[in-house]
Formats: sequence, C-alpha cells, structure tokens
Amino acid sequence: MKLMLFAPELVLLLGSLILFLVSTGKVGGKKARSLTLGLALVNVLVCFACLRQEGFLFFEAYRIDFFSQLIKLVISMGFSVVLLFSTELKGIDDEVRPEYYLFLTLSTLGLVMLVSCVELLTMFIALELSSYSLYLLVPMRDDRTGLRMQMESAIKYILFGVVATGIMLFGMSYLFGLTGTTYLVELLPRLHQMMGNPAALIAIVMVLGGFFFKLAVFPFHSWVPDVYQGASNETTAFIASVPKVAAVAMLIRLTALATPEGHAIVTLLIVLSVCSMFYGNLVALVQTDIKRMLGFSGIAHAGYVLLGLVTMQEVGYATSLYYIVGYLVMNLAGFLVICKVSEHGENLAVDDLSGLHKRSPLLALTLAVSMFAMAGIPPFVGFMGKFMLLTGAYKAGHLPLVILAAINTAISIYYYLSVVRVTYSASPEDRPAVVVGGVTKAVSVALVMIIIAMGLLPDQLLLLATDAVRAIL
Amino acid sequence: MDFLIMNAMGFPILSALIFLPLAGALILLCIPGDTAAKNWTMLVTVVTALVSLPLYWNFDVTTAQYQFGEHASWISALDINYTLGLDGISLLLVLMTTLLMPLCVLGSWKYIDKRVKEFMICLLLMETSMLGVFMALDFILFYLLWEAMLIPMYLLIAVWGGPRKVYASTKFFLYTLAGSVLLLVAIIGLYLDQGTFSIPTLMGQDYSTTFQVVVFLAFFLAFAIKVPMFPFHTWLPAAHVEAPTAGSVILASVLLKMGTYGFLRFCLPITPEATIMFIPYILWLSVIGILYGGFTALAQQDMKKLIAYSSVGHMGFVTLGIFVLNQQGIEGALLQMINHGITTGALFFCVGMIYERTHSRELDKAAGVGKYMPIYVTFLAFFSLSSLAFPGTNSFVGEFLILVGGFANNKIVAACAIPGAVLAAAYMFRMLQRVVWGRPVNPDHSALSDLNIREMVTLAPLLFFVFWIGLSPEPFLGVMHASVSHLIEQVGFSPDGAVSVAKLMIP
Repeated sequence: MKLMLFAPELVLLLGSLILFLVSTGKVGGKKARSLTLGLALVNVLVCFACLRQEGFLFFEAYRIDFFSQLIKLVISMGFSVVLLFSTELKGIDDEVRPEYYLFLTLSTLGLVMLVSCVELLTMFIALELSSYSLYLLVPMRDDRTGLRMQMESAIKYILFGVVATGIMLFGMSYLFGLTGTTYLVELLPRLHQMMGNPAALIAIVMVLGGFFFKLAVFPFHSWVPDVYQGASNETTAFIASVPKVAAVAMLIRLTALATPEGHAIVTLLIVLSVCSMFYGNLVALVQTDIKRMLGFSGIAHAGYVLLGLVTMQEVGYATSLYYIVGYLVMNLAGFLVICKVSEHGENLAVDDLSGLHKRSPLLALTLAVSMFAMAGIPPFVGFMGKFMLLTGAYKAGHLPLVILAAINTAISIYYYLSVVRVTYSASPEDRPAVVVGGVTKAVSVALVMIIIAMGLLPDQLLLLATDAVRAIL
Repeated sequence: MDFLIMNAMGFPILSALIFLPLAGALILLCIPGDTAAKNWTMLVTVVTALVSLPLYWNFDVTTAQYQFGEHASWISALDINYTLGLDGISLLLVLMTTLLMPLCVLGSWKYIDKRVKEFMICLLLMETSMLGVFMALDFILFYLLWEAMLIPMYLLIAVWGGPRKVYASTKFFLYTLAGSVLLLVAIIGLYLDQGTFSIPTLMGQDYSTTFQVVVFLAFFLAFAIKVPMFPFHTWLPAAHVEAPTAGSVILASVLLKMGTYGFLRFCLPITPEATIMFIPYILWLSVIGILYGGFTALAQQDMKKLIAYSSVGHMGFVTLGIFVLNQQGIEGALLQMINHGITTGALFFCVGMIYERTHSRELDKAAGVGKYMPIYVTFLAFFSLSSLAFPGTNSFVGEFLILVGGFANNKIVAACAIPGAVLAAAYMFRMLQRVVWGRPVNPDHSALSDLNIREMVTLAPLLFFVFWIGLSPEPFLGVMHASVSHLIEQVGFSPDGAVSVAKLMIP
C-alpha cells in the first residue's frame, strides 16, 4: 500500500516524463494541453482517493497526513482550473507550448511534494523544484506587444528567488547546527529547549523567509509586480494563486514549531502582516495595470493570512488555511476574466475592461463577484474569511492589529470597486464581444458558485481545515 | 431559546420567503427572453407576497416573543446560527416588502428596456436580502444580508441609472459600507463580551456604560447613514435621482427603513443606558433633519430630488418617534416607516411615469399635464396629500402619534418639529399646483396618454393602503402593541410614556 501514499506525486511525475518525451517530438500545443489537462484531472481524482492516507516515506522525511493530502487536493484543483481556462494560451508561442505544460506540471509536482516534507533538505528540494520551473515559465512569454518585459521580470524573479533561497538555506544550516538534525520531529523538542537562544529564533525566521517569498509577504514581495506584469496572463494566474496555498501550508507547519513560546515570532508576524497590508493596499490604489493591481492586492491578502498565524492556535491556523483556499478561488476567477478579455495575450489596463458587461455579461459578473469577494463583502468567501481571521486575532488579544486590518479592508474596497465600476460603465468605443467557450463558461460559473458557497457554508470546510491542522500539531 | 416561538405552521415559512426570490433569481438565469423574464419575476414576487400573507393571520398579537421561529446551526466554530423569527416590529416591514416587490416589477415593465433579465435578477436578490434582514435573529446572518444588499443596489444604480450613475452608485456604496464596517466592529465587540451572536440573548444584558457608549456610537453611525439622518444624508439625493424608478422605490421604501429598524432592534434593547444618554442630541438631529429636508425640498426643481429631500424630513419624524421612547412615539414611528414606504414609493412611481412620457423630471416641463392626464393627477394628488399627512390618510395617523409621543416627552423638541409638517404641505402643494394646473413652459402635453391599466394596477394597491391605514389603523397598530411595550420595558421606561428624558439622564 506504500504506492497509494505516493500516488498523487507519481501521477504528476509520470505525467512530466510523458510530457518531456512529447516535448522532444513535433507535437502541437493543443495535444500537449489535452494531455496535461487529462493528467491534471486524473491527479485531482487520485488526490481525492488518497485523502485519508497516512504514513511516512523516504526514511520518515516525507509525511503523509490529512493536512498534506487536503492541500495536495487543493493544489491539484487549482492547477486543473488554470489549465481549464487557459484554452488558447495566447501569451505563449506555439513552439514552446509542450515545454510550457511540462514545467507547469513540474512546478505543481514540486508544490505537491512540498506540503508533505517534514525534513529540511527535502523541503528545500521540493521548493526549488517548484520555483525553478516557475523561473522558466516567466520568460516563455511570446511578447507580441513589444513590451519586452518578460526577460527583465524573469531575471528579477530568479535573483530575488535565489536570495530568498539563500536566506532559507542559511537558516536551515543554523537549525542543523543548533540541533544536529534536519527532521522537524526531532527539531521540535530540541528547539523548545533553546527558544531563548537568539540564534534559534533567527534560524526559524530565516527559514520562514523562503515561504514569505512565495507568499509575497512584505518585504519579500519585490518580485511580485514585475513578475505579474512580465509573465503571460496564464502563467501569472498560476503563480498568483497555487504556490500561495503551499506557502501558507508550510508556514503553518513551521510556525507550529515555534508554539507555544514563540512570542518573538508572533511579534515578527504582526509587523510583517501590518506592513504587507498597508504597503499592498496603498500601492494598489494607484495601479493602472490590472495584473499589477492584483499583485499588490495579493501582498495585502498575504498580510491578512498572517492574522490567522499570529493566534498560534488551531482555529487560527484553520482559518488561515480556509482564507488562502478562498483566495485561490477568488483570484482564479479574476485571472480567468483577464485571460479571456485579453485578445492577444497582452496586459490589460483597468480601463480596458470598460463596457465588459456588454461584451460578455458572464465574465463581467465573474469579475464583479471576484472583486467583491476580495474586498470582503458578504455573502462571498472573502467576507467570511476576513471575519473569522479578525475575530480570531481579536480573541487572541491583538486588538490594534484587528483595527489596522479593518482600516485596510476599507482602503481596499476603493480599488476593487473601481474595477467593478469600470466593468459596468459604458465603453468609449464599441469593442467586439468576448467569445467564451463552453468549458470556460462552466468554469467561471463553478468558480462563482464556489465563492458564494464557501462564503455561506464555511462550516464543513472549516471543520476539514481544523481536522487537517490537528493532524500536524 | 425561550425568546423564540418555533414555527408551527407545518412548513418553514420564513425560510421559504427568503429563498423563494433567490431560487427565482437562479432559475431566471436560465430563462431566455425579456418578456419571459418579466413574467417570471412577476410570478415569483407575487407568490412570495402570497406566501407572506399567512404571517399576518397567524401572528399572535398578545406576545412580544419572536414567532415563526427557525433555528439551525450554521458555523459551529464561532457559534453562528441560522435563526429567524418575527415580532411586532418586523412583521409589517416584511409584509410591506413582499407587497411592494410585485409593484416594483410592474413599475419597471416599460421603464427598463435594456438588460431586463439582469435587472430582474437584481430585484429578486434585493428581495431576498431585505426580507432576511428583517427576520434574522443572529447578528452574523443579519450582517451578511445587510451587506449583501449593497451589491444588487449598487448594480441597479450603476447599470440602469441616469447620467451621473457612476458617481451616485459609488458614493452610495462607499458611504453605506463605511457605516457597515463600524457595525461589524460593534458586533464583534458584543460577541467577545457575551460569547454569542444571538440577537435576543444580547438584549438586556448587563454591559458597562463605557462599553455601551462605544457600541451605541458604532451602531448609531451605521444606522444613521442608512436612514439617512442629517448630516449623513448626502448620498441619498444623488442615489435617488440617478436610480431607476424601481431602485428609488426600493431605496426609499425598504432600505431606509433598515436604518430605523436597526435603531429599534439593536440600539434600544442592547445599549439602553447609552441610548438614554444620547437621546437629547438625537432628538435635535431629527428636528434639524425635518426642517432641513423640508426647506431643501421646497427649493427643488427636479421632482425626484424633491421627494428624496422630503424623505430626509419624513425619516426625521421617524427617528424622533423612536427616540422619544414611549408607546405612542415608537408605534407612530413604526407606522410611519410603513407609511413612508407606501407613500414615497407611490410618489416615485408617479415621477417615473411622468419621466417615461416626457423624459424629464423638471417641474416646469411637467407643468400642466393635469389637463391631459386626469387619472394620473388624481393618484398624484392623493399620494401628495398622504405625504403631507392630511387627515384621513395614513401619514396623518403616524405623524400624529409621533407628535403626541413627542409632546409627552419633550415639548420644545416636538414644537420645533411641527413646522416640518407645514413645510411638507408647502412643498407638496407647490409640486401639485405646478403639475396639475401649472402653465407649461414650452412643451406641448396634448399628445400625452393617461395612465394605462398596468400603471393603475401599480398605484391602486398603494392608494388602498393609504386609506386603509388612514381610516382604520387599528389592525396595523394592534400587531405592534406587545412588542413595543416589551421594548420600552427593556430600555427601562414605563410604557405610559409621560416620563421626561431629563429625569432619566445619567448624572
């Protein structure tokens, strides 16, 4: 039965191998896409089937529990949704499409593996597998608009990524030096004994830095606007949502390490959270490129997610998890619209959305729901998530933090609303209607439904998340 | 759960009311064609109205408990429940909402000619959330529905509105949302204090005075913006003028009532001490609102603006009635909430009908239509009389009760409010005189057709209620007695009403 433990990863691994072989031959992007999509859907089913698996692999460096399996399922679903709506893949040249799908799959494989890692080096390898694939995806953009941003973005992404990785690796070496082990299970009790030791604290913070980078928490965010702008819309959709789920999962795993005496870490998380929220929201206010705007808003959302972590409690972790899954759905809904409205894969300014309600009512509605949800307006998932995060932080005694977060929510409403306003206002010139395929329609309806359903019926999901978190504590 | 009488009607009538329009909206998504969409929405709203009627027959007027109760666990992690119930304060508001909605559909029949289906979906979503707000007995459920309403209303104004719709809708949205954020903070504060979101449980608890003041101020700002009370009213004229007819009707008839409903449901029973502390200021704000609304209405050329500003005055009377804190005042305020819904709704329909014909809402342009539209001006005249509280019409009963209550509480305040009633007569007669007998400035109205059957059907039920409430208010007042007495007891006032606020002021 060991095979079942590793089944989701195996599907993706075999899939990548097949895609590798395919990419060496003369196969068009269409076939590669069908292949990848089939693979992704199979993977969702496999993840679902393996949901309740438990056990250890690879000399106990790799732990399969409900937490990891649930997040694997979410990641696989996010991957499938991105594939489902990037039908045309407008931003990528046909020649490199098979490779594009190969690296997307590899990145997913890295993320899926990451959430099961309970040993520092395995963690590092999984994270890098996912990151390097993404570094390669960014410059693949076929830039017809002549902006020539993709190379610059890719280089920035790699440089910042490498620095973050370096910091993380440094932190890991400290941890190893202090405790003599790289296994989280053994690290945990030894670290508790030396929590007063500043070196231990610095080490943990440095390790967390790697995941802050993925989640785009201030000050690890500086790659976000450029990468979002430079990468093709479809790539951005993936980068902006799927890795963040894994990052939050890992942050939960690692901060759980520091409980219960992690006061210094709590302070750090609070500072980062406040900085992220303010920086993200204030800068987002003045953005004209919608992807950049979503990028900065993503930094703010990373700040919200940290609110759950500062509680250092099971419920708080579960809410963070719930929130980031909600964010995945809202963000994917928003990017779906961007991918579809962009005619040749170019970047969209907010003004380009004007009159969208005439060009495609469904996309306009999807975008409106996504924006309202991110702004935290009921009955959508964003509201319920923020509400529970705020209540949790309030209960844990972080009243000033709650007030700052509430102020930020109010600031963010302005720019989210302006997107909706533009969408539903008349356009100066008549543009052609946006043609949307049946699958995309179904996906966007499904995303809207999930956004509403998660907002109205969070109970089951929250219980599931609590179950999952309990599995690692 | 002793505050809640569970529903014994055999089927969950309150949930049915909430979910009927929602289900109707979902099914409407799949119905092609504009006419079909209108017919379907009409059917859904009429069925909802019919379903709501048994509430009145089965309502037990002798108890102040919440009736037709429904209770289910919703989010167990935070002890959030799906609790619904009705008492004498919310019953009539629910009935008014369900009865107005079919008329809104009728009133939009010709007025809305683009994106009809989406418009109807917005109307149905509005109905779901409005009904839910009046029935919710759990704070999170309440807040969810209260906020959810913003989105369809925003779209109603932003998509189907007039020339300055973008400005108006954004202003409306940001203003009300700013208030709502404070409401949420108050709700979370109460939850952390008591560990529950159940509204009836939170009533009459022993809170410290400081805590009460903070919660009260947060509540007050949220609700005062919604009412809107002077000086928080600036979003209202813009929103009213730009909204399509049905939007204006819903806004005036139901949305504004949610603010005053909030005062009655939350401010008074949850933070009684703070309420009593702030009463003098609120009474004067109400009086200023009454006078300000009256004078501003008197200066308007645009009929819609005129009625919008008159709403500020009328709602001033309602808040006055609520905060004099005696039986007559609060019952008058509740009745006036219903009356304002009926009368102002009808007046907005009337303005919409003129606008459909002349494409203008200017008093000058509409002047003299009376000669060619006798049926129209008959309706308009009666609704205007009702609006200025002419004896025999519904508003008379309401304003009379409010003033009686006012005099029992604070003679100076009540005396200062009376010119408001005179002002109402002035601006309403000014409008009526222009429209019915006025000399047209340039256009020739001879081609105008009088009201058709559809339009008469829209207005007739409202006129019927104007006279029913005006001539025999007892069936309406009767359902409130028990709940209002109970409310006054909760605040700590004796229900006979002749208690001066000054004596109860906290030293």
